[in-house]
Amino acid sequence: MSDRLAVRKTYKLYVNGAFPRSESGRSYEVTDAKGHFLANAAWASRKDARDAVVAARGAFAKWSGATAYNRGQVLYRVAEVMEGRAPQFTEEVAAGEGLSTSRARAAVDAAIDRWVWYAGWTDKLAAVLGGANPVAGPYFDFSLPEPTGVVAVLAPQQSSLLGLASVLAPVLAGGNTAVVVTSRERPLPAVTLGEVLATSDVPAGVVNLLTGDAAELGPWLAEHADVDAIDLTGAPVRLRLELERSAAGTVKRVVRAPETEPDWAADPGLSRLTPFLETKTVWHPMGV
Amino acid sequence: MIGMTNLLDPHAPATSPRTVDEPPAPYGDVTRSDAAFRAFLHGLPGVDQVGAEARTTVLASRSIKTTAKAWAIDTAISMVDLTTLEGADTPGTVRSLAAKARRPDPGDATCPQVAAVCVYGDLAGVAREALAGTGIHVAAVATAFPSGRASREVKLADVKDAVANGADEIDMVIDRGAFLTGRYLDVYEEVVAVREACGDAHLKVILETGELVTLDNVRRASWLAMLAGADFVKTSTGKVSPAATLPVCLVMLEAVRDFRAATGRQIGVKPAGGIRTTKDAVRHLVLVHETAGPDWLSPDWFRFGASSLLNDLLLQRQKLRTGHYSGPDHVTVD
Repeated sequence: MSDRLAVRKTYKLYVNGAFPRSESGRSYEVTDAKGHFLANAAWASRKDARDAVVAARGAFAKWSGATAYNRGQVLYRVAEVMEGRAPQFTEEVAAGEGLSTSRARAAVDAAIDRWVWYAGWTDKLAAVLGGANPVAGPYFDFSLPEPTGVVAVLAPQQSSLLGLASVLAPVLAGGNTAVVVTSRERPLPAVTLGEVLATSDVPAGVVNLLTGDAAELGPWLAEHADVDAIDLTGAPVRLRLELERSAAGTVKRVVRAPETEPDWAADPGLSRLTPFLETKTVWHPMGV
Repeated sequence: MIGMTNLLDPHAPATSPRTVDEPPAPYGDVTRSDAAFRAFLHGLPGVDQVGAEARTTVLASRSIKTTAKAWAIDTAISMVDLTTLEGADTPGTVRSLAAKARRPDPGDATCPQVAAVCVYGDLAGVAREALAGTGIHVAAVATAFPSGRASREVKLADVKDAVANGADEIDMVIDRGAFLTGRYLDVYEEVVAVREACGDAHLKVILETGELVTLDNVRRASWLAMLAGADFVKTSTGKVSPAATLPVCLVMLEAVRDFRAATGRQIGVKPAGGIRTTKDAVRHLVLVHETAGPDWLSPDWFRFGASSLLNDLLLQRQKLRTGHYSGPDHVTVD
């Protein structure tokens, strides 16, 4: 007979490096793939999204101003801490997505590998996407990629860790800061990722994780004038057109949602890095 | 003071001096001696600090939404004394501040003007020129702002210079050293002298409540300033922390309310420093309404000394107007 009291889990949001409850006080029950209770998660409101954007904007100068090499190291450190938490991630992915332990573990390994892969890209982007331009004039002309700014990410609804890592890491690698709305039904790997980020040198506010409903928060983030780009991957199908339309009001960069969730194990190439990079071109007079 | 000429316009009629009488009835005799004045100020009822904090906490939790919020935001904008008090101020920064004061939100013609622009005395002329014909006041800080550590001649010269440069509101600091050592009559006489030097200009007396230590002292300093002829009592210079807090503001609002009840003279209140968000501003307006009453809810009687507050008010105003959140890219940088 066990005398231990059960430690019931009520998770919170991850905003500005802290773990606040939702401003609204709401929470919801998270169940496993079979419908059994797993934990309570905070149910973020539009005001949490507003606070998260303020935090992300505040963190942007430091994160985008860090050297690419430093960003790469910080992201690699995240992968290291994820590796240490791999059993916990495996358990959560297995429960949430209804996978066997071995398949869940494979998904977790793929997520960590994906994160390491993007960590390696930070100091190579400028060389691959920028460079000297041949121009017909007495100028030294070159282009280089710069981060777009605050990116709202509606994370994939199905793939709760590999999908999340695949959409979040490229945003960070480019030097952007992120406000992420996690999978509604499967938020626990994202909550654990928040705990990883809080203990791995990522400055406060660079990543803000909101557990809740993309259908509720998406419109506020799409319309928000201080959000520079939005990734609609996890947006409900019925809202996608409307979200793209509202995002146009402040000329956001929009990554459209694929018809169905892609195979996240496939090599993504640069397809998720370039949408959140702007190209700056400098014309430097020569010979005068 | 008689026959003082206006440096900007030598042909302007000399300002007529305002006579400063002794304190208004029924307090005519309280300043007859140092001892009598001290006895009067120390005889004011003590402030219950815990009670003041509890009262402001309750009022601060009041929910102001939709149309009431829209009214509060517009009222707060019209009460802002848009302030720049940096050593690095130039005529250019003052002119751009004046442009912002005239049209806080260039994209929205319905946005009200602010109440005043607050600068150092030497730049009052630039502000006056930039604000000509707008009805926006020019406030200048004077009397060796922010410390107040200078001889009286220097302070009075500072005030006269600011007025001559075109300031129609003077923000003076009291001598906190004298106040804290109990030389109340000295402080009183200095405020009276500055009052005379101001001529027609409004006088705001900065108590620098962050250095007065107790709320009892805030109440005494408020009464001292009001008896000496201040038009406004102002919390802080903005250079000392803590600056304007709700309990301090509560005590000052009670003082002006009691003073009007006793003498019939209405005095304004200006919290300054540390008010950065719309929420803070709305809390102050609730406090004004519930403490002094709706008579004070006008730019003539209540002001916010602030710089960054205005941008937050504008962001909230845009949020109410457009229905979506705005961002700092959509207000001017200052």
